[in-house]
Amino acid sequence: MRRHNVQISGPPSAPPMVFAHGFGCDHHMWQPVASTFEDRFRVIVFDHAGAGNADPSAYDVDRHATLAGYAEDVVALCHDLGLHDVIFVGHSVSAMIGALAAIIEPELFRKLIMVGPSARYLNDDGYFGGFDTADIEGLLGALEANYLGWSAGIAPAIVGNADRPELGDTLTASFCRTDPEIAARFARVTFTSDNRDDLAFVTIETLVMQCRDDIIAPEGVGEYVRDHLPNATYRLLNATGHCPNLSAPVETAAVIARFVDG
Amino acid sequence: MAEAPDGFYTALLDDDADALYEQAPCAYLSTTTDGLIIKANQTLLNWTGLTREEVVGRLRFTDLLTTGSRIYHETHHLPLLLMHGRAQEIALDIARADGRTLPAIMNSVVECDGEGRPMVIRTALFDATERRHYEQELVVAKRRAETSERDARALSALVQQTLIPPAVPRIDGLTLAASYRPAGQGDEIGGDFYDIFELTGGSWVVVLGDVEGKGVEAAVVTALVRHVARAAAAHSEHPSEILGEVNIALLGHSSERFCTAVVVWFRKADSGWTAEISLAGHPPPLVTRGGTREATAVGRFDKLLGAFGDLEFADTTVDLAPGDSIVLYTDGVTEGHGVDGWYGEDRLRALVAATAGTPPSAIVDRVLSDLLAFQNDHPRDDIALVVIAAS
Repeated sequence: MRRHNVQISGPPSAPPMVFAHGFGCDHHMWQPVASTFEDRFRVIVFDHAGAGNADPSAYDVDRHATLAGYAEDVVALCHDLGLHDVIFVGHSVSAMIGALAAIIEPELFRKLIMVGPSARYLNDDGYFGGFDTADIEGLLGALEANYLGWSAGIAPAIVGNADRPELGDTLTASFCRTDPEIAARFARVTFTSDNRDDLAFVTIETLVMQCRDDIIAPEGVGEYVRDHLPNATYRLLNATGHCPNLSAPVETAAVIARFVDG
Repeated sequence: MAEAPDGFYTALLDDDADALYEQAPCAYLSTTTDGLIIKANQTLLNWTGLTREEVVGRLRFTDLLTTGSRIYHETHHLPLLLMHGRAQEIALDIARADGRTLPAIMNSVVECDGEGRPMVIRTALFDATERRHYEQELVVAKRRAETSERDARALSALVQQTLIPPAVPRIDGLTLAASYRPAGQGDEIGGDFYDIFELTGGSWVVVLGDVEGKGVEAAVVTALVRHVARAAAAHSEHPSEILGEVNIALLGHSSERFCTAVVVWFRKADSGWTAEISLAGHPPPLVTRGGTREATAVGRFDKLLGAFGDLEFADTTVDLAPGDSIVLYTDGVTEGHGVDGWYGEDRLRALVAATAGTPPSAIVDRVLSDLLAFQNDHPRDDIALVVIAAS
């Protein structure tokens, strides 16, 4: 529980919904969407190892050198909480982490929802992922350029939130703050991952949610995921960018609700 | 109002709101929440090398960035902005039309409408070319410092391992247990040490001591003391002779560090062992008898090593029957300090007495846990403890 800073809400006997955040931030990313399911689902949010308020000891350089390590964490977390028939909602790289978890133990999951998934971020022969190796180095450079800022300067700015009191106390100073070393490793793991061959093994019912103008996971990338999953429903959102859970929480929640309630 | 100096009104009229915006010494732009640029000042156009027609209503904010910065913006900056309504001092790189990049630091705020719905994102960008160079140097220096610290810790750990035997030896007829805890976080080499070695004829010598100070210099002296003690034992007959030779060696050494030590020489006897004890400014070891609940301090205190010439050390011999034990310790034990004051010899003696007849490992555990609890788990000094029982 403490290991992954697990937060649970909703009726104890309701079917479980697990929300997983992607690269860059933590479970707060899901707050505007996840809260709309608390009336009829057991809502579980958590921080991946190395992110947010996860126990620093949960991060292991070797275990988390691949997305499979993160997927094993998800399976272990579901077991620890005694969950079954889980509806797993994964944003960004967590969409693939969810897919890998569903391959490890399909009977644990009922439905999988992928928000902005990409089976491979790097371009390859005949495959458009959107990025080249040099771009990953550029990202690592950007992470490094914000290294000093994240270490010290940003924290006070995050704590003070007088302009938007409606966000209340749910936000912590940890939001989007990650140990720079771990952030760089997670960036490399994420953007060099290749899960194209895994998609065929994801047998559970899956929803692929695609945004417009998403530079991290462009439409062609989402369509590739749809086309290679055995059991996929595809929804192109009106939302733009890579974080519809923050930029368009109402639409995001509505599309997820239609899939899980239907 | 006092009369304005020459040029005030001319400058005031010239610097109207439009010029304030367009010619500001920072690039300034507004976007929709989707990132579409709806307004940009001339400074931004100058920096990027783009025209207003190319930018406004056509490009998104991310189009102005290098790809690495785009990913960072989408995965870190924008979520922060959407969640908090502002983001400050974010470092991103601007991609200029001519292919060069401009390192920038930016502050952004989200402007909401009357009902709190986000409408516009305003961003001010500052040229951070020089600052980024400096920060990169800082990052490199920080990395180097972290590497040095890791190396220093590894070196400390390595040197520390030379202060005590790698394992407590198994001795027929004697049971041993030891504990060794340097003070601090493992980044400093302690001054405590012990050694256990066999001599021809089946006798054993235990040396335990405390070199003044800490660090590499103390470790050098410790190594000297251990090696001289071993060499001296080979041609000595009593512990006092070993201490005498160590004293001469230390007096001749350039370090001028003092050392306290206890040497115990174990010899097989008809029914058990004899333990011949000699001290040099060191707390006397405690001897317990298996059948009793008493602990007795044994040995004459004498002067410490490395300070005075012509010292004579005394030897005291005790018999050890099976079940009897002898507890050697450094002053990190008795001088442990907690909220209740000093740990003290009386408390140690009472605890050791209560453990009489139990195995050495149990005695070590009891003393150590009591001592750590006394100091709230933060011992200020090194702790070395060796317990030997006849079996």
